Amino acid sequence: MAHPIQIILTRQLAGYLSVPTFLVDPNGTLLFYNEPAEVLLGRRFDETGAMPAEEWSTIFAPVDQEGQPIPPAELALMIALHERRPAHERLFIQGLNGVRRHLEVVAIPILGIQGEFVGAVALFWELGQ
Amino acid sequence: MRVTLYGTRGSIPAPGPETMRYGGNTPAVQVCAENGAVLVLDAGSGIRRLGAQLSATTSRVDILLTHLHMDHIQGLGFFPPLYNPAVEVHLWGPASNTLSLEARLSRYLSPPLFPIHLRDLPSVSCHRVPRPSFDIGPFRILTALVSHPGPTVGYRIEADGGVVSYLSDHEPALCLRNGQWPGREWVSGFDLAAETDLLIHDAQYTDEEYDSHVGWGHSSYRHAFEFASYVGARKLVAFHHDPGHDDEMLNHLQENAVRGVRPNFAVSGGCEGAVFDIGRGAAR
Repeated sequence: MAHPIQIILTRQLAGYLSVPTFLVDPNGTLLFYNEPAEVLLGRRFDETGAMPAEEWSTIFAPVDQEGQPIPPAELALMIALHERRPAHERLFIQGLNGVRRHLEVVAIPILGIQGEFVGAVALFWELGQ
Repeated sequence: MRVTLYGTRGSIPAPGPETMRYGGNTPAVQVCAENGAVLVLDAGSGIRRLGAQLSATTSRVDILLTHLHMDHIQGLGFFPPLYNPAVEVHLWGPASNTLSLEARLSRYLSPPLFPIHLRDLPSVSCHRVPRPSFDIGPFRILTALVSHPGPTVGYRIEADGGVVSYLSDHEPALCLRNGQWPGREWVSGFDLAAETDLLIHDAQYTDEEYDSHVGWGHSSYRHAFEFASYVGARKLVAFHHDPGHDDEMLNHLQENAVRGVRPNFAVSGGCEGAVFDIGRGAAR
């Protein structure tokens, strides 16, 4: 089954961006992240493939500015998914190559022209350590 | 199911001696079921002649609009059944997130652009296209938004044992990655066109023209052929011809595409007046 056009076009857009971008479906399943995101996450998307929310929300070991683990439900992308509103956060993650990254994240829900919820997208920005 | 092309030109009508073979009218396609039910795909200038040739016994017509760019609605005001109280006309099309279909169409069908207001027509009703599917009489209609600027719907119509897919304005090439088609779930319009009997598809540009029109929402001839091959269509109708392409050029484009792609499906150039029998009708 083909994805909704909004998801297809978002992936196309992500493919042309230098901004790291992470795309999920309404269930939170990871559909795609682009090459700039591969650098931050430490693994090529071709190697990870689709990943359920339970996995991506913990596999990168997100912690807050004080070094406290961030519960999955408090991640910006999870808020965009579950509350269907934009969310923003600063956090540290551990890439799958072991590199620690300090990131700023903004996540938005993707709503179609009839208000249908078709997924969510997160944009990352790397900050200094 | 019988499919008749009444308008195959894109963007603006292009009548003249140099377009006699493929025709100059903008998109309008009639789909008739075995029981006489009639669908019309788009309301370009070709719909005027389509309306004039409808059977006098037709009491209902459903017009499926892909989108509201002018070349797809400009014939609407000249469709005779709109003024015949004995004929129910149902207009189906995409709404926007702020305006109903009726409000969007009324921008054209109202003064000063048109003398009659849409709301004053006797038996017309407007409907937002349901997704992912709906039924009209014998027709099962699958719908999806497709890659084209502004809300644009593609249609897959199943009836009488046959399938016709209509993607008049479509740029699936935006989905290509390094020149290759990705998995089917990432290709705009795939589900609508998969293994269809008849694919009516945008083929507006040459390869060179496409390079300077990326993102305008249309396909090159080559892209149309490659998309048809990827989805497993049985027959391709090249459609939405550029108004600047005369008959000689369209012949040439088709010959080149056939030579380059070597399609394993049948090809029609998309000439105005062409008729295709699909499903059980084709077997007779």
